[in-house]
Amino acid sequence: MKFMSLYFYRCCIVVSFLMAVAQCAKAQTDADALMIPKNYFCAAAVYSHGSWDHYWEGTFKRDNQNLGTVSTNVYSLGGNYGLSNRINLLFMVPYVTTNASAGTLRGEKSFQDLSVSFKWMAVKEEIGSGLFSVHAIATGILPLANYQADFLPLSVGLHSKSAALRALLNYQTGRFFVAGSGQYIRRDNITIDRTSYYTTEMHYTNEVQLPNATNFMFSSGYRSLKFNAEATFTKVTSTSGFDIRKNDMPFPSNRMNSTAVGLILKYSFQSVSGLEFTAGGNYVLDGRNVGQTRTGYAGVYYVFSTKKEK
Amino acid sequence: MINEMKKTILNIFTVTALAAVTFSSCRKDILDRTSLYPALKPSNLDLTADTWKPVLVTDFSTLNVAAPDALTSPAYVADLNEIKGLQKNLSSDQQSKIQYWSAGSVLRWNEILRELVAKHNIPPYQNPDGTYPAPNSANPFNYPEFPFSNPPYAARAYAYVSAAQYDALVAAWHFKNVYKRTAPYKNDSGIKALIPASELPSYPSEDAVVSGATSEIMKLLFPADIAYIQQKVDEERLYRIASGANTRGEFAAGESLGRQVAAVFATRARGDGAGKAGGTPAIWKNFETITAAKGEQFWVSLETPKRPPMLPLFSKVVPFLFDTTTVAAIRPPAPYATNSPEFKKETEEVLSFSKDHSRDHEELVAFWADGAGTYTPTGHWNAIAADEFVKQNYSEVRWARNFALLNMAQMDAAIVCWDTKYFYFNQRPSQANPNIKTLTGVPNFPAYTSGHSNFSGSAATVLTYLLPDRGSKFTDMAHAAAMSRLYGGIHYRSDCEVGLVTGNKVGQYAVNRGKTDGADAK
Repeated sequence: MKFMSLYFYRCCIVVSFLMAVAQCAKAQTDADALMIPKNYFCAAAVYSHGSWDHYWEGTFKRDNQNLGTVSTNVYSLGGNYGLSNRINLLFMVPYVTTNASAGTLRGEKSFQDLSVSFKWMAVKEEIGSGLFSVHAIATGILPLANYQADFLPLSVGLHSKSAALRALLNYQTGRFFVAGSGQYIRRDNITIDRTSYYTTEMHYTNEVQLPNATNFMFSSGYRSLKFNAEATFTKVTSTSGFDIRKNDMPFPSNRMNSTAVGLILKYSFQSVSGLEFTAGGNYVLDGRNVGQTRTGYAGVYYVFSTKKEK
Repeated sequence: MINEMKKTILNIFTVTALAAVTFSSCRKDILDRTSLYPALKPSNLDLTADTWKPVLVTDFSTLNVAAPDALTSPAYVADLNEIKGLQKNLSSDQQSKIQYWSAGSVLRWNEILRELVAKHNIPPYQNPDGTYPAPNSANPFNYPEFPFSNPPYAARAYAYVSAAQYDALVAAWHFKNVYKRTAPYKNDSGIKALIPASELPSYPSEDAVVSGATSEIMKLLFPADIAYIQQKVDEERLYRIASGANTRGEFAAGESLGRQVAAVFATRARGDGAGKAGGTPAIWKNFETITAAKGEQFWVSLETPKRPPMLPLFSKVVPFLFDTTTVAAIRPPAPYATNSPEFKKETEEVLSFSKDHSRDHEELVAFWADGAGTYTPTGHWNAIAADEFVKQNYSEVRWARNFALLNMAQMDAAIVCWDTKYFYFNQRPSQANPNIKTLTGVPNFPAYTSGHSNFSGSAATVLTYLLPDRGSKFTDMAHAAAMSRLYGGIHYRSDCEVGLVTGNKVGQYAVNRGKTDGADAK
C-alpha cells in the first residue's frame, strides 16, 4: 500500500528541485544546464502537490479503496549560489506531509532529506549556430529527521543517505534547446524499526539494502530571458529490488521504476528585477511498485547579487 | 580549441570514475544475525528424555524403528565409505551448509516455518464483484494460494510443528537408548567429526527425526511448498552425512520415525476444527444479530470491500493444553458497553494516541506490528525465544520441548482470544470514531481482547518459566507488545490489559505441564 511515496516525493523533489531551482534566472536544478553567475544567489520557495489513486504491484496495476487517493505535499526552501561562473552550489530542504483519503492509515509529516549539489559546467563550446555545454552534477542527500521509512506509501521518504552523479549535455540554438542526462543514484542501507522482514526470503536484521537507481532524462523547449517552457521525459529505474506481491504491503527495497512526462514553465517579472515565478507538472505514464502520480508545483525565485554594487 | 575540449572531457571522466569507485567501494552487505549462531553443543545430553511426557504419542511400541545394521555389515561399511568419500571433497557450499545446519535442527526448522508463514501471510485480493476468494487446501496453487497464514493459522502451525518435533524426539531418545549405536566418527578413525562430538547414540538420527516430522506435518500446513521443504530435508541429510554425524541408514531411520509421529499429529490436525474456522455468511451474520440483541454496536469490517471476519470459528479448534470447556471458563468478562462512559473515555484515549506523532510510539508500533507479510506475533515470539535458546546450549529434545510449550500456549491463547473476540464481537476504535487514524493496519476482526496481548502474555509466561534468570525481560516485552496496539490506534486500553491477563492464564497451563513433563527433574 505504501510504496510510491518514495518516488513521489523523490519525483516531487526532483521536480521541485529541478524546476524550482532549475528555473532561477540563469540558474538551475541538478537536472538542467542553467547556471547562475558568480556571487549571485537564487532563493527558491516551492510548493508541490502529488497524488495517485492507482499503483502498480509489480506490473499489476490496481486501485485500493483502503487508501483512496494518496497525496503528498512538499514545501521546499532552497537556493543556488554561484561559486564561480562554472560551478554552482544548490541545496534544498523539503518538509513533507502525506495523506490517504480512505482507509484508516495515518498520514505522516516531517522534514525530509537535505539535498546538496555541485553543478559544474565542464564544457562550453560554440558549435554551429548554437551553444553546446557539458555539465557534471554531484548530489548528496541526507535525511534531516528521524522519520519512519518503513511505512510506505505514507512514509515521507526512504530515509537513506544517498549520493548521485549526473552527466548532462545541452545544446541551445536561438531560443530552442535540447538536453539529455544520465544519473546514477547510490543509496545507503537503511535501518528500520523491526528486526526481521520478508522480501523473497526471510531476513533477520533491521538493516535493509536499498536498490540503487538510474535516472535518464530528456528535455526540450524554449528559453528566453523572460519566459521558459520545456517538456521533459524521465525514466527512473531501480537496479535491484523485488516486486510487491498481490495485495501485500510495499517495502523500501521494492524495485521502483517510473516513466514520466513533465512540463516546466517559468516567467520573469520585468517590473521587479530578479523575481521569477515557476509552475509545472509531472505525470507518471508507467511504473512498477510505484503510484501513478500526478504532480503539480508552483514556486517563486528571487535572484540577486551578493556583492554590493557592481 | 578541440584539444582543450578533449582534455576537459577526459578530466570529467577521471573525476566521474574516481567518484564511482568511491561510491561502490562502500559495501552494502548485511549480516543476518541467525548466520552467527554457533554449532549446537548441548551442555546436557538429556539422556533420560525418553521418560519425558509426550504430547500425543502414548506408546513407543506403536512406532517402528528396525534395529540398525551391525557395525561389520556391508551396509554399514558402505555408509561409512560414503561419509569418507564426501569428506574428501567437500565443496565450499557443502561446508557452509554444515555450518548452517549445525546450529540445530529444531532451530533451523523453526526458522523455515517462520519464513513460510511470512511468505503466505497476505490477505487475498478481492474478486471483481467485491467478494473475497478463500484459499483451498485441495488446490493450493490456485490464487489465493493456500494457506493464508494469518495469526491464528500461524499460531496453530507453530504448535503442531513444535509438538510433533518434541514427541518425535522423545521417541528418538527411546530408540537411541535401546540401540545405543555410537556415532560414525567413533567407529571409524577415518571419519572426522565436523560438528562437536557427542556421546549421544546416533541411531536413529535426531536431526532426521526433526526433519521427517516437520516435513510430514508441513504437507498439511504448507502444501504449496512441499518441493521447497523436501529440498531442505535433502540438504539436512547431506549435512548429517558429510559432517560425519550420521550414516545414511541412521538418517533414514530417523526420518521414518519422524514421519510416523507426525502422522499422529496430522490425524489430530485434520479433526481439530481448524478447517471449518472460516465460517459461512449465515454464521457471520449471526454474530451481528446476537450482539445487536444485547444492545451493543457490533463489529463491521473497516476494509473496502468489506472482508468477512478472520476465522470466526477458530474458537472451536481443539486446544492442546486444556479441554474446550476451559476455553469458555477463562473467557474474560464483557468489554465496556457501547454507551458507557468508560467506553467513551477509552475511545478518546485511542484518539489522543492516534494524534500523537511521537517517534517512540511509531517505533514500538512498527516493531510489534507483525502484520501482513510477516511471521505474525507468534512467530515473533518464536524468534525472540530462538535468540535466547541459542545461548542455553540445549539438547535437540529440550529445544523441541521448550518450543512445544511456547507454541502450544500461543495456539491455545489464539483459541481463547478468538472465542472472546467473537463472543462479544465489538467494534474497533476506528469504527466507533472514524477520526481515529492508525499507525498500522487494522486487523480484520473484533477488538476485544487484543490478539497480540494474548499471544504475548502466554509467551512471556512460558519463557519466564523456562528462563527465570532473565527476570522481567519477557513480561516487559509482552507489556510493550500489548501497549503498542493502543499507541497504534487499533485497540482500546482494556483490550490490551485484559488480553495480557488472559494470555498469562493460558501460559500458566503450559507452565504446569512443563513442571510435570519430566524435563525439569535434575
